[in-house]
Amino acid sequence: MTLALPGQKAGRQSFKVDLSVPLLLTFAVLLCVLILLPISWLVMYSVTMVDPATKERVLTLAHFRTLFSDPDLVEPLITTMIVAVCSSVACCLVAAPMGWLVARTDLPMTRLIRALVTASFVTPPFLGAIAWEILAAPNSGLLNKFYRTVTGAEMDSYLFNIYSMPGLIFVIACYTFPYVFVLVANALDRIPGDLEDASSILGAGTWTTARRVTIPLVLPALVAGALVAFLQAMILFGSPAILALPAGFHTMTTKIWSLFQYPPKPELAAAASLPLLFLTVMLLRGQQMILGRKGYSIVGGKSGEPRLIRLGWFVVPAMAFVIIVLMLPVFLPYFALLNAAFSPLATTLVTPETFTLKNFYFTFFELSTTHLALKNTFILGAAAATIGTVLALVISYATARKAVRGYQVLGFLATAPLAIPGIVLGVGLFLAYTRPPFVLYGTLWVLLLAYITIELPAAYQQLQSAFRAVHPELEDASRILGATRLRSLIDVTAPLLRTSVLATWCFIFVSTIRELSAAIMLFTSETKVVSVLIFDLKESGDLGAIAILGLSMLVLTFTVIIFVNRIPGFGSSGLRNT
Amino acid sequence: MKKKFARRDVLKGTAAIAAAGLGGTVFAAPARAQAPAASEITPELIAAAKKEGKVVFYTAMDLTLAQRLGRSFETAYPGISARVERSGAERVFTRIAQEYSSNIMAVDLANTSDLAHVSHWKRDGWIQPYLPQEVVQHFPKQYYDPDGLFIVTRVLVSPIGYNTNMVKPEEAPKSFADLLDPKWAGKMVKAHPAYSGTIMNSTYQTARDLGWDYFEKLSKQRVMQVQSATDTPKKIALGERAVMVDGAGYLIIQYKEKGDPVEIVYPEEGTPLATSPSVLFKSAPNPNAGRLFQNWMHSREAQQILVDFARQYSPHGQTVEKPGVRRLADIKLMKEDADAIEKGAEDIKKRYSALFKV
Repeated sequence: MTLALPGQKAGRQSFKVDLSVPLLLTFAVLLCVLILLPISWLVMYSVTMVDPATKERVLTLAHFRTLFSDPDLVEPLITTMIVAVCSSVACCLVAAPMGWLVARTDLPMTRLIRALVTASFVTPPFLGAIAWEILAAPNSGLLNKFYRTVTGAEMDSYLFNIYSMPGLIFVIACYTFPYVFVLVANALDRIPGDLEDASSILGAGTWTTARRVTIPLVLPALVAGALVAFLQAMILFGSPAILALPAGFHTMTTKIWSLFQYPPKPELAAAASLPLLFLTVMLLRGQQMILGRKGYSIVGGKSGEPRLIRLGWFVVPAMAFVIIVLMLPVFLPYFALLNAAFSPLATTLVTPETFTLKNFYFTFFELSTTHLALKNTFILGAAAATIGTVLALVISYATARKAVRGYQVLGFLATAPLAIPGIVLGVGLFLAYTRPPFVLYGTLWVLLLAYITIELPAAYQQLQSAFRAVHPELEDASRILGATRLRSLIDVTAPLLRTSVLATWCFIFVSTIRELSAAIMLFTSETKVVSVLIFDLKESGDLGAIAILGLSMLVLTFTVIIFVNRIPGFGSSGLRNT
Repeated sequence: MKKKFARRDVLKGTAAIAAAGLGGTVFAAPARAQAPAASEITPELIAAAKKEGKVVFYTAMDLTLAQRLGRSFETAYPGISARVERSGAERVFTRIAQEYSSNIMAVDLANTSDLAHVSHWKRDGWIQPYLPQEVVQHFPKQYYDPDGLFIVTRVLVSPIGYNTNMVKPEEAPKSFADLLDPKWAGKMVKAHPAYSGTIMNSTYQTARDLGWDYFEKLSKQRVMQVQSATDTPKKIALGERAVMVDGAGYLIIQYKEKGDPVEIVYPEEGTPLATSPSVLFKSAPNPNAGRLFQNWMHSREAQQILVDFARQYSPHGQTVEKPGVRRLADIKLMKEDADAIEKGAEDIKKRYSALFKV
């Protein structure tokens, strides 16, 4: 069968009327509009201004001059770089040894550890930042109170100050390290055991093998992880808005957001967005170059399972290290939120006497935006997941099967949004859809567009690898028997991909409900989502309601995850932060 | 029980509004057209409002109060749901501007804590006149526009506050000048004029009376910067900072009565003042429900909630005072000047962020 009709040629021979070509062309146009429209407006705004005399737009570089000369804008740029570099380094320092422990040693309970890392990944970073305020605000923070009680230290002394640059770096790292961890652990999982065996046979000890064989093989993944962590820290909006503003400094994202305060300065915001976009593109190029030269690492066919290193007594400090690392993004913040939810005062430990349901009651029965926000979030999550999955499915089919000419363009367009930070996309969409021909601002549609655009790359990457795993000869058989491409897709390929598709759907759903940075630019009172509502409540300090809403969000997220039982992919750059 | 507001208090306390002139024309134009007839809540209005079924209220008041008002309205008029959209007054103002410039008419009525916003809206022609009967009968003239374009719903002050566990009463600051003492460095929390209308007012008034160099010195005291005037009282109640530089005075009183360790200080230089007007929008999607809400919110029933629950100052002549709040007449107040803020808001925000870095 395969001799008669090699899979690669299958796509170009169609004798029946095949709907797939116009269909795929439609998708290509759709993608162009989705991505190019907001970016074009962004660029247009950044280099033009309204001439006060003629009321017409004229070309100018004034915004860029302001951007690079006004200390109000230069300082945030520098701060952002410092924060991003430091948190990226911190992520690597923690994630690399942990990834090694989980993947290559006989450390117990690795499944549970991986699950908990996933939990820290799905925790919205802004929620983590608020939880860390409750924990480590210098005076009212639970940990600082505990410290003063234990040591009898003075009233003003504290152990941690979360409202500081190190505090911000710490919290960002807490919710970014999963990216590095997963990349490193996956790379270590894939290193064939025989390479290490060969080294041992040649007389190298454990340490020499690690230094000469394992580390060089895993280094590309680690560097790629560092870049992703840098990227995430750079484009994050929630955490700096929550922790940096009280400490009296801006990052680039909070600055861009503040440029929309009355009177709004969209031109300057657009100009300030472009360096972020440029840096992201450069970093992703760098990441591709590093990951691209993995060539020599996994040559050869199937190889033995990697040999697990015996930890011996070292298992005790190793386990302690892992537990401490997991306490920071998961156990402690969740505890803080639970406490705040049922305590009359967020930063006082709840006792059976003080236990209260007032926050719960307030959030669900008095707060009139709760229902609207939950409804919007759910609708958007489900719609973005459904449309995003379909879109990614079609595009990844086209590219994996080389089904249309120019499929590379489709693939490129589908991964391009990766280079657009959420807040930048928010600004672009705001500019693009507040004026004709598409006036979508104020509707759920504009948020839906944002979410689909943001999640498309990850969905595409996941499904593309799923398609690669299904051999084309199965489809060929169906086509030889006379089915059109669509028919064979529906009857043959689709059933085989069911699990991956479902997993992708859940992935987009979960990522959508935790998105803040694009939503904060695009919401109106009628189109509020839960993440924005939490941010609003944060600004007026209503911690009890935040805790309840945050916990509901987590419950919803984990329900979906447990429903599917796993988060798929965790692809190299497929995950986005808010 | 005394009346909440004696006429004398009113004249002395917040004559500033009149002084401000609010767009000049309103008070200075005797030849203006016939004032709109005062409206009562008629069965027709209720029926029309019920037909619309909901009202959308953007407000800057503390969330619990806003929701309490919303729920009380829903109880008073079953079948009409009240959706409250709370944010800082400056944010509410930005939001409405952003929505209107994109032709999104979502808001029925708004309550801000920055009187200057009313002049903006008036000039843009966005707001419509409506004068409830009770306002004409029981509100002092300073507290509503004779054309019915705005009604002052509540009067706010922005005093100093402190946590009594962290500061002994005899050591507590007594004036704004006291806050420059190095002993308060790193121990204060302050709200932001680009977010809160109350703080826009207090920043303008303090800078006018004490000079911008006061803020320059204050900014060197490592002040924790939060956004909302409703957040600073929460931060000192939690014990996160010992002293609040500015914020909603009414919340300090609320929290103190609830048992939290907080105390209010009316600074010697004078306490910043902000009147909080409500307006009805011309393009309101639910105009009748909006009118009904505006009418009800300024009735004695709703105004009494402001006094009893929120511990705010009500301009309604018949609300009954509840002991525990110092009367406005007994507080040395700074003068409100909406015109100056309208002209200077951008400059104030700029200077402020230059000093405090955010």
